[in-house]
Amino acid sequence: MIPRPFEYHAPTSLPEALSLLDQYGDGAKLLAGGHSLLPMMKLRFAAPDHLIDLGRLAELKGIREAGDEIRIGAMTTENELIWSPLLQRACPLLVEGARLISDPQVRYRGTLGGDISHADPGNDHPALMIALDASFVLVGPHGERVVPADGFFIGTYATQMAPSEILTEIRIPTPAPGAGYCYAKLKRKTGDFATAACAVVLTMQADTVRDVRIALTNVAQAALRATDAEAALRGAPLDAAHLDDAVRRAMAVCDPVEDLRGDVEYKTAMAGEMTRRALTTALARAAH
Amino acid sequence: MSKKVMVSFTLNGASADVVVEPRELLIHTLREKCLHTGPHIGCETSHCGACTVDLNGASVKSCTVLTVQAEGATLVTVEGLANGGELHALQEGFMQEHGLQCGFCTPGMLTRAYRLLQENPDPSEEEIRYWMAGNLCRCTGYQNIVKAVQYAARKLRGEAVETSHPLIAETASH
Repeated sequence: MIPRPFEYHAPTSLPEALSLLDQYGDGAKLLAGGHSLLPMMKLRFAAPDHLIDLGRLAELKGIREAGDEIRIGAMTTENELIWSPLLQRACPLLVEGARLISDPQVRYRGTLGGDISHADPGNDHPALMIALDASFVLVGPHGERVVPADGFFIGTYATQMAPSEILTEIRIPTPAPGAGYCYAKLKRKTGDFATAACAVVLTMQADTVRDVRIALTNVAQAALRATDAEAALRGAPLDAAHLDDAVRRAMAVCDPVEDLRGDVEYKTAMAGEMTRRALTTALARAAH
Repeated sequence: MSKKVMVSFTLNGASADVVVEPRELLIHTLREKCLHTGPHIGCETSHCGACTVDLNGASVKSCTVLTVQAEGATLVTVEGLANGGELHALQEGFMQEHGLQCGFCTPGMLTRAYRLLQENPDPSEEEIRYWMAGNLCRCTGYQNIVKAVQYAARKLRGEAVETSHPLIAETASH
C-alpha cells in the first residue's frame, strides 16, 4: 500500500516535461493516470526516484479529426473516449473497447496513452490500436517521430519507445464508412484483464472480404497481429470454412502464459473463440 | 525521506491546506490529516472503490491518487453530501431501500452514485450496475443498492418516492 519515497514534478508544458525527463534519466517515470504505475509502486514492484506528472499538460488532451485521421491526445481518459460523439460516430470500435476496460473510477483517470505505453499484454488498447492501424507520435530530445502500432509492442512492458521519449498523440486513420468492427473480450469479471480477447476491423465487397485486421489481447508476451488469419480471409467469403480456417490460424500464433486465468491450452482455445465471435459480429455490422 | 510540500484544495466547500510527502496517498490525507474518515480502504490493488471521492467532477479511487495531484482541486467526500443536516437523496435512498449493512463500502458507493446521477439522471438498472462496477460490496448482494440509486434518482428528478421494502411499506400504510 505504501510506495517508496520519491520527488514529484508537475511540469506545465511538454518542453518542461522533456527537460525533466532528460535531467533525471533512468530514475524518473512519467505519471499519467497513475492507475498502473501507482499500483506497482504501492506493491514496490516499481520504485522511481522522480515522478513527472503529465496531468497539467493541456496539449496532451483532446479528440479531433484532422483530414482522414482521428487524433487523440495521449492524456485523454478512457471515459472521455467512451463519451466522445466523434468516436461514437467515426470509430465505434474504440468506444466498445474502452467500455470493457476496468471500471468507471479507473476510466476517469486511466489514459489512452498510458494504457499503450505500459504495454502490459493484459491491456486492451494495444490490440485495438493494431486493429485500427493506429500510429503513435513520440517526442524526444531529438524531436518527433511517428511509429506504427503494428510492431510497437515488443514484449511484456516493452515497446519501441525510448526512455527519453513521451507519447503525445495517437493517430487513427478514420475507419471506412460501413467498416465492420468488434472487440470480443473474455474476462472473469468486470474490471479484470482479458483471459483472451480479439479486435477486428473488417470491410466487405459484396460477399467477399475486402480487407481485415485481427489483433489479439493477453495471449502472448505482447499484443499480437494475426497476419496469417487476415491473409486467408482477404478476397474470400467469410463462410463457415473460411471462418474455421481463420480461427485456426489465429490460434497458431498464440503463446500465452499460464496463470490464474487458465492454462496455455484454455487461453489458446479462448483466443480462437474470441476471434470467431469478433469476426462474426464484425461481419454482421459491416456494410456489404 | 523526500521533502514535504504544501497542498491546498477545497474539501466539501471549505479550503484545506495539508503538508505531505509526495508519496502520500489522497485517502490517507483525507482520513489522517483532514479527519474525514468516511472514505475507507478495502484493498491495495485499486479494485474495491471504498475510498471513492469526487475530485473535480470525477469519481476517483483516492487510494490511487497522490495528494500532491490534488493541488487546487475541488473534493467532495461522503461527509459533504448532507445539506444543513438534511440527508442527500442518495443517503435517504440507501436507508429506505436497505442498501447497506456493515456500512464499509457505503461512503464510496454514495459518492460514486452522486457523480453517476449527475451524469445520467435516469439510469436503467443495467446502467446503474455497469457504472457502479468500480465499487465492491460484501454484504448486500447489490440488489438493494440498485434500488437505493433508483430511489434517489426519482427523488432528484422531483418524483414521488416510497420505499420498496415490504415491511416498511406495509407499516407506513397502517
